[in-house]
Amino acid sequence: MDFGLSEDQLAYQQAARDFARGELAPHAAEWDAKSEFPIETIRRAGELGFCGIYTPEALGGLGLSRLDASVILEELAAGCTSTTAYITIHNMATWMVATFAQPGVRENWVPRLARGEALGSYCLTEPGAGSDAASIKTRADKRDGRYVLNGGKAFISGAGATDLLVVFARTGAPGAKGISTFAVPADSKGIRFGKREHKMGWNSQPTRTIAFDDVEIDGGHRLGAEGEGFSIAMKGLDGGRINIATCSVGTAQAALDRAQEHLNSRKQFGQMLSQFQALQFRLADMVTELVSARQMVRLAAWKLDTGSPDATTYCAMAKRFATDVGFEVANQALQLHGGYGYSREFPLERHVRDSRVHQILEGTNEIMRVIVARAVLREGATEDLR
Amino acid sequence: MLNQDQQLISETAQRYSREVLAPGAAAREKAQAIEPEVFEGLAGMGLLGMTVSPDWDGAGADYVSYAAALMAVAEGDGAVSTVMSVHNAPFCAILERYGSPAQKDAVLRPGARGEFIGAFALTESHAGSDASALRTRAVAKSGGYVINGSKQFITSGKIGKYVIVFAVTDPQNPKRGISAFLVPTDAKGYSVSKIEHKLGQKASDTCSLNFDDLEVSAENLIGAEGEGYRIALSSLEIGRIGIASQSVGMAQAALDAAVRYAAERKSFGKSLLEHQAVSFRLVDAKTRLEAARQLVFSAARMKDAGVPCLDQACMAKLFASEAAEAVCSAAIQTFGGYGYVEDFPVERIYRDVRVCQIYEGTSDIQKIIIGRSLSA
Ligand SMILES: Cc1cc2nc3c(=O)[nH]c(=O)nc-3n(C[C@H](O)[C@H](O)[C@H](O)COP(=O)(O)OP(=O)(O)OC[C@H]3O[C@@H](n4cnc5c(N)ncnc54)[C@H](O)[C@@H]3O)c2cc1C
Ligand SMILES: Cc1cc2nc3c(=O)[nH]c(=O)nc-3n(C[C@H](O)[C@H](O)[C@H](O)COP(=O)(O)OP(=O)(O)OC[C@H]3O[C@@H](n4cnc5c(N)ncnc54)[C@H](O)[C@@H]3O)c2cc1C
Repeated sequence: MDFGLSEDQLAYQQAARDFARGELAPHAAEWDAKSEFPIETIRRAGELGFCGIYTPEALGGLGLSRLDASVILEELAAGCTSTTAYITIHNMATWMVATFAQPGVRENWVPRLARGEALGSYCLTEPGAGSDAASIKTRADKRDGRYVLNGGKAFISGAGATDLLVVFARTGAPGAKGISTFAVPADSKGIRFGKREHKMGWNSQPTRTIAFDDVEIDGGHRLGAEGEGFSIAMKGLDGGRINIATCSVGTAQAALDRAQEHLNSRKQFGQMLSQFQALQFRLADMVTELVSARQMVRLAAWKLDTGSPDATTYCAMAKRFATDVGFEVANQALQLHGGYGYSREFPLERHVRDSRVHQILEGTNEIMRVIVARAVLREGATEDLR
Repeated sequence: MLNQDQQLISETAQRYSREVLAPGAAAREKAQAIEPEVFEGLAGMGLLGMTVSPDWDGAGADYVSYAAALMAVAEGDGAVSTVMSVHNAPFCAILERYGSPAQKDAVLRPGARGEFIGAFALTESHAGSDASALRTRAVAKSGGYVINGSKQFITSGKIGKYVIVFAVTDPQNPKRGISAFLVPTDAKGYSVSKIEHKLGQKASDTCSLNFDDLEVSAENLIGAEGEGYRIALSSLEIGRIGIASQSVGMAQAALDAAVRYAAERKSFGKSLLEHQAVSFRLVDAKTRLEAARQLVFSAARMKDAGVPCLDQACMAKLFASEAAEAVCSAAIQTFGGYGYVEDFPVERIYRDVRVCQIYEGTSDIQKIIIGRSLSA
């Protein structure tokens, strides 16, 4: 067993770190304050391959593993959580099109998506269907070889600024088996985007509702088979969960760096803060938990890469654990900064706002527990899951 | 249990909170300001100068009533509760205890009637938890003082009419060399150099202040020269009961919203409350919140009985502010994605309540004080 990163991974890590320090971190506060979606920066990330990290090389991606992706995305997230989180969603959507689209759509869209020239959104959630995604009501009715889309989506990351929507809609009976997936160009007739949500964080990317009113989709834009949609959604989310967990780890690392610097430079009561044992122990706990979270995420990524049958369970465990730890580390780092932590002049409060949503989306942490509980209660599972 | 008077005050404040404060809280945050009518409303109920004796035009309420009123106001708008809290104690409390008759007549009376807002300026950029390390200087000069220096994170530094400023009068003598001054904010040399952009409580201005050859007369010295540090510490009991009360109020608002939502929202064919994990989490939140409330009231009762209660007040502040964050975070989680957007109040309340673990002494500082009693 080897826990070290390979030379290639180290090189990608360095490239991502350079990009994060040069292109993301210096602007993150401003993008947050102005709610600015930095499309040009995302395109430059695309030039480095970061918009199609685990998309096959033949389709313009880097063709790397999920583990490699986690190493890269962690560095990017340390520079700007919110922008990187969007990039991860884009990677997920791109991978889905690359994996499940019919050849025409695939050749047309994937290379552009992988280079970041076109951007994607993942459209599953509806106002009445979040955790219970199998209960979505948006319909795609078949008419003369085409589908007609009607309904609405909620909380769609990137919506209004992206080019291709991966949409989940009902083509059959109620329940998970009646859902299909479509790649829908965002400029199709009948699509309306709602107002930009005002959110606690993730402000460098828009979140909007989408309404579909008789949107016609060519049959060739279906991803996978009819009825396969829910399983495609969940396959995408396995990787998506590793990605979001990774964003938490990267953000927490940035917060930890700051907290350590602060303890080593601020004096109160005639001493460095780093000399107070309570603060030393807090930092010790933060780094311990952060390292465990990172290892858990990498293990889950490796499970996904190797097609392990328990990969979904590991992705859920990693997402639950790393997003909880990531938030807690950022929150402690805020506290260690006292009043300065509460001020927008320091990045800690942004780290807290940005990482809070990781405990909610791509399946809430309760839904992660539903998945893990189901797996661990199976006979023999406590032995298998170790 | 509250007695009849306390109950009446609490209900009056709650009604105002429900009808005026809560509906306007989001708009106040956006405007980063509190409309003057709100201060008139609070003053009308006697909530600005609440515990000040009627002899000085205050409402003469007891501390349990004060805690209950702050809880009620904080339920509607955390930022308003902070301004109210600082105005009552330390500001009015210090003037009542240490102010000269002339200061009381000229400033405490209208202050206790709620005609203006008062502020308290202790913290400096390098002196937060360690408030004795002040650098702001006050030099005696021809029957008065000249103040130079700066302050950081001062609530109501902009909207306030008077600020109690702590400055060093004797640099040789760290703790006994600090004095307190009553400074009108329209004095020459007083300026707000920055209004902080912050995570929450945006309607309340948190200011960096600059004093540039600010002259005050000797009549503006509060208490005796060198008594400043003691004065600063004198209102800690009530100040901390205040922050603890605010924590409870804000958390209550978030919890109520979450419970209402959980009863209505459905997933997997059931109401959220019917999922055991959701309901147990809310039960934990409710339990912790109730424990916090009782701790706050017990400290307030001790204060009313004239028993020293610094430990109790610190424990209440420590426990209530941490419980409140946990409760508000649970409320966000209960709302799922809707907890993260401003259509519902919980994400704002979370941001507002977060500072309760920081100001009036961080949680660590409460532990330092409570820790002293372990070895006593
Ligand atoms: C900023 C942001 C960006 C987003 N981006 C996207 C996107 O790009 N694409 C997309 O499709 N979606 C997106 N989402 C939606 C997100 O995935 C959902 O919000 C999330 O899945 C939760 O759904 P919900 O909000 O409807 O909460 P609900 O499902 O209503 O859940 C409310 C609460 O109940 C709990 N709960 C529900 N069921 C159970 C149960 N059985 N047992 C225990 N607890 C339960 C939940 O865990 C949660 O705490 C985004 C959301 C946000 C906030
Ligand atoms: C919104 C807001 C409003 C405010 N309003 C006012 C006001 O009206 N008037 C006013 O005077 N001040 C005000 N403050 C200032 C506030 O009281 C200080 O921020 C607070 O006391 C902490 O000081 P600091 O920020 O310098 O943190 P620091 O003292 O630098 O503390 C940093 C970290 O170190 C920890 N720490 C420090 N010393 C020790 C120790 N000995 N042992 C263990 N841990 C320690 C702290 O707990 C904290 O986690 C306000 C602050 C905010 C954010």
